Amino acid sequence: MRDVFATGGMILNESLLWEKGKKGRKAMDIAESDVPAAVVDPEIAGSGPDFPDLGEVDIVRHYTRLSQWNFGVDTGMYPLGSCTMKYNPKINDKIAATPALASAHPMLSDDLCQGTLFMMYELQRFLAEITGLDAVSLQPAAGAHGELTGMLIFSAYHKSRGSRRTKILIPDTAHGTNPASAALCGLYPVPVKSGPDGVIDPKVVADLMDTETAGIMVTNPNTLGLFEENITEIAEIIHKRGGLVYADGANMNAVMGIVDMKKCGVDILHLNLHKTFSTPHGGGGPGAGPVCVVRRLEKFLPVPRVVKKRRTYSLEADQPYSVGRIHAFHGNFGILVRAYSYIRLMGAENLKRVSQLAVLNANYIKEKLKDDLHLPYDRPCMHECVFSDQNQHDAKVSTLDMAKRLMDYGYHPPTIYFPLVVGGAIMIEPTETESKDELDLFIEAFKEIVCEAKENPDILHQAPHITKVKRLDETTAARHPCLTG
Amino acid sequence: MRFLPHTDEEIKSMLQAVRVASLEDLFSQVPPDCRRDAAMDLPAPITEWELNEQAGAIAGMMEVQPDFKVLIGAGSYDHNIPSIIPALTSRSEFMTAYTPYQPEMAQGTLQGIFEYQTLTARLLGMDAANASIYDGASALAEALLMGIRISKKKKKVAVSKAIHPHYRQVVTTYFQPTDFEVVELPYLADGRTDFSGLAELDDLAVVAVQSPNFFGVVEDLSAAAAATHEAQAIFITSFTEPLAYGLVKNPGSCGADIVCGEGQSFGIPRSFGGPGLGMFTCLEKYIRSMPGRLVGQTTDLDGKRGYVLTLATREQHIRREKATSNICSNQGLCAMTAGIYMASLGGTGIRELARLNYDKAEYFKAELTKAGAGIVFSSPTFNEFVVEFAKPFKSAADRLRKKKIIAGLELGKYYQELAGKYLFCVTETVSRKVMDAVVREVKR
Repeated sequence: MRDVFATGGMILNESLLWEKGKKGRKAMDIAESDVPAAVVDPEIAGSGPDFPDLGEVDIVRHYTRLSQWNFGVDTGMYPLGSCTMKYNPKINDKIAATPALASAHPMLSDDLCQGTLFMMYELQRFLAEITGLDAVSLQPAAGAHGELTGMLIFSAYHKSRGSRRTKILIPDTAHGTNPASAALCGLYPVPVKSGPDGVIDPKVVADLMDTETAGIMVTNPNTLGLFEENITEIAEIIHKRGGLVYADGANMNAVMGIVDMKKCGVDILHLNLHKTFSTPHGGGGPGAGPVCVVRRLEKFLPVPRVVKKRRTYSLEADQPYSVGRIHAFHGNFGILVRAYSYIRLMGAENLKRVSQLAVLNANYIKEKLKDDLHLPYDRPCMHECVFSDQNQHDAKVSTLDMAKRLMDYGYHPPTIYFPLVVGGAIMIEPTETESKDELDLFIEAFKEIVCEAKENPDILHQAPHITKVKRLDETTAARHPCLTG
Repeated sequence: MRFLPHTDEEIKSMLQAVRVASLEDLFSQVPPDCRRDAAMDLPAPITEWELNEQAGAIAGMMEVQPDFKVLIGAGSYDHNIPSIIPALTSRSEFMTAYTPYQPEMAQGTLQGIFEYQTLTARLLGMDAANASIYDGASALAEALLMGIRISKKKKKVAVSKAIHPHYRQVVTTYFQPTDFEVVELPYLADGRTDFSGLAELDDLAVVAVQSPNFFGVVEDLSAAAAATHEAQAIFITSFTEPLAYGLVKNPGSCGADIVCGEGQSFGIPRSFGGPGLGMFTCLEKYIRSMPGRLVGQTTDLDGKRGYVLTLATREQHIRREKATSNICSNQGLCAMTAGIYMASLGGTGIRELARLNYDKAEYFKAELTKAGAGIVFSSPTFNEFVVEFAKPFKSAADRLRKKKIIAGLELGKYYQELAGKYLFCVTETVSRKVMDAVVREVKR
């Protein structure tokens, strides 16, 4: 066997914060007071929290050691399907830290913050152009927050037309957040079964769509990595019966410069800036989930939004049809800056190239691994491909075992057991920032693991072997939750 | 393009491997009627060096530069951020990781968030904290929905008018498509919320209050909790300035059921209002109704201590439409930041810093009063307070602006009845000299 990337290098154990330190230490300067000490009303006075006292070196070593137990895109390939773990350019972080932007207070009057407003206005324009839709709100703080905004718009739209609709169509290949977002808006999700080819059959939609249904929420490209090729026909059916089409644009990274969402019949779409537009995931956030709509729905977008009058930018809040405010201020501005920077660095042609190479990489992995792993939908894919563990059933090796074994080879596992339409799913999204060499090494590693599954399945059952901790007892964690120390 | 590593030759060989003639042909399944008619109309690509210049030009469009003193809090606070914080949070192992679905490779994020949860719970005097929500406003909306889930079948929520006006707007947005009714509780002449009407509200699921409230006033949470529990409702307290709890009695000790708010003060730059941090805590008996991610402690196969995401059966990817919330991500890196900040201050430091903020505000209040201005609300405050002036303050504010001081937030836009009155905030970053300059203008 070739040398794998991963080795058990030197990482250090580290206790919890409160297991170290000494009373009286501090890792932050606090200036001497230049005002007299005031009396604190005993009625409000508390005793202060029980925090450990640590010195600066304690803190720096603690978090440096913790960071070394983590794996990021900068460490290696992270082919987590649907999550789009592409490289996050360092320059974007630097631009977001520009002092005049990073220190801007969100409630300054418009004349005092033309720079931040300009940048938001430009980004609104860029995102409209990229999706083909007309108007954008940058407020939603994440993809699921964007979905919620979209569903609020569904609700406000139907209300404005005097119709009360209580159901929504959601395909089985949609993101898991979709039904939960719709439910928050009082819409009962009606599942739409995808066809044998992995895409939605318009006939099924036609059977389900009625005047009590608010519309459809479709992820396109879907979570099988397939383009919903009947989308225009589906949209027509929905529109004819007074519904709206919501597209989960989490996978926009596959179709930039190629697909026009308005021509597809989409009315509302959210983008995940932390996916398509390269902003870092931060171990779970912050993200940003701007919502784009067609002109007739513009009046329902959250307020305020940035508008331009002559050469001045201002926040426009006066819109009686708006669903209202969805974020305390203007959304995750620091993330918006990073996406703005990325789009400025790339330009139109490179963004299209991003999509082309993302799709090329996914198809390459699909072709190279389909003899080793079961491929339930053998057709050209977009930015990700979905395998299953069916070929490994005889050896009693599961998707989870193979995923854990990949860690020993130095890879973050793909997304597993999702989408639900494929049993034991292995969802691989390489993204465009992986080179052919990297893909070849990953493919070779996966082939090796498939061999191991036949010859030495125990090595997989016990994997991972070289990580800081071995498989963790998640059952006990859930049964007897210990959420604080 | 330097982020796209493929050479022409590699593209050619990969296309051969997938048996497709060209990059364009990879999209053969996209029907013609879905395709763009023209290329995207975006500005031409620029280099890193040009982008730096562009950012400089945009920064130059800001009237308020970093050397200005902005005496506005109102949910976004100027606190010193020690350099260890950006140095540690920008470690790419933290920054470029995803939600820790594979715990063996994400123990750094998981332990860091577990520590954040612990410090947050201790700060607020609560049993458990989640891994964070988007911001203070969505945290409040989610808390209200959680309160309704716990109360079952009751349809009314009461929200204090002294809660941040933007937070109340977000609550209205979240509640619009539901059949729950939001009732506003007025505030009294002393700046505290009036709970006297609670007894008359039937069908009450939740009562929500903010402390310190939008006027900087510290609410009487014990009395509010008693009144709320008397009405058989869930008591939620919100906050925008968590540093207050270095000095002020925590909400847990006053009887809160759910405590949530904005954590931006803890090492996160104002950044035009985001990303911030929705801190979210509750009593142990309610954790299974909580929204958002939770990190829990467990052991591995060898019995070693480790951490995992837990209680996932509450969440959208398992429960779908029956989930406690649609939330998927959190503000992970911001939670990590707040954890590092709380640890850097420590128990001793947070008391000292909170005290310094309090003393500055008290000094400023006293000097403004001497200069003829009035402090509108008599209840105790932390680092914010509302001021009224004998003559219109606008021209003084304009003169101060020329001296690079943004003197307070005029309240007419948010509370009609408080038009002409200003909300001021002073933190450790505001020197006596700056406060004295404002006082001099008030005297003029």
